[in-house]
Amino acid sequence: MNETDLGLWAVPLAILGGAIRVSTPFLFVSLGECLTERAGRINLGLEGTLVFGAMSGYAVSYLSGSAWVGILAGALAGALFGLIHGILCSLPRVNDIAIGIAMMLLGMGLAFFFGKGFIQPVAPGLPSIELGRWSDVPQVRAALKINVLFFIGAGLAFAMWWMFRTTRLGLIIRTVGDSADAARAMGLNVTLARVLATAAGDALAGIGGAYLSLYYPGSWNEGISSGQGLMAVALVIFARWNPLGCFWAALLFGGAGALGPALQSVGINQGYYLFYAAPYVFTLGLLFVTSSPTRVMAGAPGELSITK
Amino acid sequence: MALSGRRTRADMLQRLAPWARSAEAVVLPVLALLTGLLVFALFLLAVGKSPVQFYQLVYLGAFGSGFSWQNTLSRASPLLLAALCVALPARLGLVVIGGEGAIVLGGVAAAGVAMLLGDVSAAIALPLLAIAGAVAGGLWIGAVGAMRHYRGVNETIASLLMAYVAIALMNHLVEGPLRDPASLNKPSTLALDADFRVGLIPEIGVHWGLLVGVIACVLSWVLIERTTWGFAARIAGGNLRAAQVQGLAVGRLVVAFTALGGAFAGLAGMFEVAAVHGSANASLAAGYGYTAILVAFLARHNPLVIIPVAIMLAGFEASSGLIQRRMGLPDATVLVLQGFVFIAILVSETLYGRLRMFNPERWSRP
Repeated sequence: MNETDLGLWAVPLAILGGAIRVSTPFLFVSLGECLTERAGRINLGLEGTLVFGAMSGYAVSYLSGSAWVGILAGALAGALFGLIHGILCSLPRVNDIAIGIAMMLLGMGLAFFFGKGFIQPVAPGLPSIELGRWSDVPQVRAALKINVLFFIGAGLAFAMWWMFRTTRLGLIIRTVGDSADAARAMGLNVTLARVLATAAGDALAGIGGAYLSLYYPGSWNEGISSGQGLMAVALVIFARWNPLGCFWAALLFGGAGALGPALQSVGINQGYYLFYAAPYVFTLGLLFVTSSPTRVMAGAPGELSITK
Repeated sequence: MALSGRRTRADMLQRLAPWARSAEAVVLPVLALLTGLLVFALFLLAVGKSPVQFYQLVYLGAFGSGFSWQNTLSRASPLLLAALCVALPARLGLVVIGGEGAIVLGGVAAAGVAMLLGDVSAAIALPLLAIAGAVAGGLWIGAVGAMRHYRGVNETIASLLMAYVAIALMNHLVEGPLRDPASLNKPSTLALDADFRVGLIPEIGVHWGLLVGVIACVLSWVLIERTTWGFAARIAGGNLRAAQVQGLAVGRLVVAFTALGGAFAGLAGMFEVAAVHGSANASLAAGYGYTAILVAFLARHNPLVIIPVAIMLAGFEASSGLIQRRMGLPDATVLVLQGFVFIAILVSETLYGRLRMFNPERWSRP
């Protein structure tokens, strides 16, 4: 069998495989953002974390020879960024959206600063699981070659959903995010809870960044992330702050991102650059449809500054 | 005796009171800036480079000679205009960070219109190019304002998403419909007719966009501080509900201020095309829109303060080449510096109204 036999069927197949590949960083970043926002803070700095996580993950993977150590480095770097964001936003009258923009610029600046020397070398990448062994069609095998982090992310989405629903920790995070006064009345430390939620969320974004450089696209360069960290913020709104919703939304966003390369793979080059705009237009459209000027959005944490 | 002594002291304090308030608005940002520069100096020490040499080179590269002044000022021009795209909406409490998109589309629109124009004189063509750039940028960012007000779409996220869309749109147009077939390595639009190029201000040697930028900042200051529109915008930015109760047309204000900001950024793109690059290409997305966010926040969204701040930050960027050559630091060094300064200035917000020396109402209390 060769590639042309599938004809246009190759497009949905390539989109499916692409959606899983492209969605994994969205999944991690959106779960991280979901955790942070559930505690009542918004973190727009995740775009910077994504880029810095990609750089540090790749660099450490190259230096240590293990992609998993690289993932760990990405997570640690993210946690550090989150800690800084969380602590600065705890000061009175410091705006979390503005700090997020500053952290985004700082994260990118630091990533480019330290990443210059790692553009050339080749670091060991992450393993994948071949679910398509049964098929002879190369495209099917390619589409079903699924990276390990996707499964971990899917499990994490379910675990987070369960945590918010049934555990004491989930209740604490939700209370802190819905009403700081109520949380204080319960004797909870609102500031500490938010700082830790931001750090944990940012660590997940760091893993998403490391995935970018260690699996797909699979190398480190300065254009590695183009707004995925920001789109994840919109994705969380679309998912109504539900971790399981984040999983499906990430797949949907991944599909939109895979559209351009998929069409290109079957030789459709018309409006090539416009297809690259598809994920952004798609995100804007979703924001447009799900926002409302008057109603408070269903499922939104009460303390969140973007929904107030 | 003691009584009169106390009275003169009270008088003196009363006379100092308004000064103390103004001093707060100057001293705190300057302190924050210095703190950012100091943290960056520590960063340089940590990576084994000399902060003293760095700041000396910044001074040399930015303001050390006539040539470096020209380099700095021509970079300041787009920053002045693009910073207004952040500062004007900020007066209404909106955080718009997608000015880069308006710059890019303003430049493409100007280049597109230049291709349509035939044999017309520069006196007609240049205003048309400027209008094309301003309209493109104004519509783009005005749409962000409209979505914000009428649909409740978060303007920060929407504007940045639209910046990515704008860059994709530019790539599409520059690689396709508007492409000059002769541009091989770097796809560009047809080069502008020599008559349509914006010239240099005599004596200074910087293109006229600088003067337009300064005028735009002054006019914006007048608009905000001296007109009813600006007054209404400040009310709406302070308390939206109160403004609506007062019967202010908040929706129109939001769209007008975002569109005006976008128009200025679009104008910046037009000057980049007509004065610097000579055609529209990927160089339009040079990051001025992002540096401008920092400019506006450092100036605390005051259009007059934007002028010196834009020149200072343009100076940092102008010295980047010298720093790369002399110190072997990557070009992202300036980005790191900007990041530290940005965070310092945002954190300084927490000090306003809390330091006793700047707040007369706290003086009487022990």
